[in-house]
Amino acid sequence: MEYAIALLVLAAVVGAVLSVPLRRRGEAERRDETRLAELDAAKEAKYREIRDAELDHQMGKLSREDWRAVDRDLRSEAIEILRQLDRLEGRTPDGGMDR
Amino acid sequence: MAGVGSACLAVALLTALYAVGASIYGARSGRPEWLTSGRRAIYCVAALCVGAFAILEAAFLRSDFSYALVAEGSSTDTPTFYKVTAVWATQDGSLLLWATLLSLFASAVLFVTRRSLRDIAPYATAVLGTVAAFFLLLMVGWENPFDTLAVPPPEGAGLNPLLRHPAMMIHPPILYTGYVGFSVPFAFAIGALVARRTGADWIRATRRFALIAWMFLGTGIMLGALWSYTELGWGGYWAWDPVENASLMPWLVGTAFLHSIMVQEKRGMLKVWNVSLICATFTLALLGTFLVRSGILESIHAFGASTIGVQFLVFIGLVIALSAGLIISRLPLLRSEARLDSLLSREAFFLLNNLVLVGLCLVIMWGTFFPLISEAITGTEASVGPPWFNKIVTPLALVLVLLTGVGPVLAWRRVTPAALWRVLLVPVAAALLALVGLLALTDASDSPASLAMFCLVAFVITVVGQELWRGTRARRTMTGESLPRALRRLTGRNRRRYGGYLVHAGIAVLFLGVAASSAFLDQRDVRISPGESFEVNGYEVTYREATAKLGGDSSGTGAPISFGAVLDVRKDGEHFVMRPLRNYYASGDPSLGTISRFFEGEATSEVDVRWGLTRDFWMAVRPDIGSLDAQIREADEKFADSAGDVQALIVAALAERYRGNPPPAAFRAIASPLVVWIWIGGAIAVLGALIAAWPSPEARLRRVRSLYSARVGRELSRA
Repeated sequence: MEYAIALLVLAAVVGAVLSVPLRRRGEAERRDETRLAELDAAKEAKYREIRDAELDHQMGKLSREDWRAVDRDLRSEAIEILRQLDRLEGRTPDGGMDR
Repeated sequence: MAGVGSACLAVALLTALYAVGASIYGARSGRPEWLTSGRRAIYCVAALCVGAFAILEAAFLRSDFSYALVAEGSSTDTPTFYKVTAVWATQDGSLLLWATLLSLFASAVLFVTRRSLRDIAPYATAVLGTVAAFFLLLMVGWENPFDTLAVPPPEGAGLNPLLRHPAMMIHPPILYTGYVGFSVPFAFAIGALVARRTGADWIRATRRFALIAWMFLGTGIMLGALWSYTELGWGGYWAWDPVENASLMPWLVGTAFLHSIMVQEKRGMLKVWNVSLICATFTLALLGTFLVRSGILESIHAFGASTIGVQFLVFIGLVIALSAGLIISRLPLLRSEARLDSLLSREAFFLLNNLVLVGLCLVIMWGTFFPLISEAITGTEASVGPPWFNKIVTPLALVLVLLTGVGPVLAWRRVTPAALWRVLLVPVAAALLALVGLLALTDASDSPASLAMFCLVAFVITVVGQELWRGTRARRTMTGESLPRALRRLTGRNRRRYGGYLVHAGIAVLFLGVAASSAFLDQRDVRISPGESFEVNGYEVTYREATAKLGGDSSGTGAPISFGAVLDVRKDGEHFVMRPLRNYYASGDPSLGTISRFFEGEATSEVDVRWGLTRDFWMAVRPDIGSLDAQIREADEKFADSAGDVQALIVAALAERYRGNPPPAAFRAIASPLVVWIWIGGAIAVLGALIAAWPSPEARLRRVRSLYSARVGRELSRA
């Protein structure tokens, strides 16, 4: 009896919790927001790589020529991420709003 | 409340299945409200599991023997401290712990990623829901921790005496947290494969969870070793026991994973390798849980014969088959985005380190399952012992420690031989200096492998010190900051890098302890009477007197009888006293006599250790209670139907007789150099992992408006 009552009560509570989002019809699509967060994370990761390479160069692990080549590649990749970010946000390359 | 507990599990099972269905439907139909509902379902599973766990803990704490599990694993005289741990000492309780930890981990990662990875997260939710449903199904279908007894016994069987140890109290939950934690990157890897999003997004989102899982699993292993050293009475911390190996294997493959994902993050390489590694790590974590519980391999750590072995094997088989099938079907999407630029690069050495780690795992797996393999092939069970493991593992461990030192000095993509030599010069000199010093001043040459390990440890620690120094100096040059500030900001802004280096230093220190204590320990087994002495490693040990205590030993295990010894130990003018014990727990076997049952139950060693940074002195005693046999038999006959208080008086009289006229006792004394550094090294590694897992301040930098290339430069200069 205790089991049956507990089962019903718990199932009802869980059912109520799970049905709340389903009752909110037409929940805003957040794909852009998601993509934005991912690109932001990718940008920070790329910046970290650029800083790592610079630190490696300063510490003598990377020769000047190697560092410059690596740095050039990484900055190109960072620029591409920024382009995508701006496209998504409707910004211009200088960071202003696209009119 | 048992009915409520059972209901919690049943509803949690249905909710986990709902999470699987809702997430997949939401992803396929593009309806985000179903994704949100699926994610909420995992939160509900966590709440229900926590509720069930709390009900079970409460039953153990109030010694409610109407619960079969409480009657089987606890007793009224079990100390409160150990009543709490008794939950996971049982099979059903450990399954509930697994499910609870898994649902909590899953909830945490799904909350963190609720606004990101919209393509991957639904499938990851489905995977996490499936794993949770499996464990809940085991409990609902076969091993319900809330089963009740029609007639509750007046007293429970009590917690296995071997588990009455502080390290054992936290060892299983910490180990399980490690096992469970790896389900998070596994789920997201599978999600990425299903969603065909095979970039580094899933790695970035779950790297911290993998690192935390790795840290917990490592801590669990270290606590298990500490328990073995201080409780099992044989004097060692690692015996290559199947259950020990079962926890080490996922840790090794998880270590390889944590290194190789960096290569995918930085270079877009090793994608197939990374998803394979995390699938292997998770499978090995399941295998570890299965081995502890199945009893298919003989182990001192396997605490229960399982009734769910087949279900576990089927699930493990499904995980392997589905993961492999998915990886194969996505091979075209898993092509590397770059090629290895040079063999002298960090990524090349990471690959080498991965091969060594996976090789180690395969060797250990072969040795662990050899009894089953030999039985299947020859029909007779044969096993390989520690010498076999040591012979194979030692050279691989030496290579691993070498790579631990070389990896940090290498740059990504490429490094010139001249630059490499420049950064290796000081560490190599330190290793050579260590070699010369050890050869001149110690007998380390008696063990070439240990000697090599000591030199490599010097190499690794110098590398880490040099990296810190060079990094600080470089930052000071770039920013003009003072040295302490430059050091603080360098490590603060590069937590992942310097936390990782600290882990390397910790692992090197750990290997220092392993090499020294395994090659240069001095052990002596003697059997002496009070007043007699023996000598080991310069320690002069005198057996002063025997002890006999009733009603609980000093370490709080709640043992009813403790026989022991007081020993005077002298070395180099220093004097200290040691008090090792052997605890005796009453047997519940009704065929034993009224009095003999007090002496013929489980017995455990409570060793006494004199901890030291340079050397431990370890002592265990095994009293000869056989000398009391005649009196015990006589008491069995005379007091067969006596009341409890009379029995207590008889046992007290026997104990006093032992104390007053003690027979010779067997002692094991071990002088073990540097063994404490195993745990100090482990603690350093845990600290490093914590630092590496801590969020970096750069993640919170605001985005800057400027022209593209100028923006990159400006934003970088903010660091």
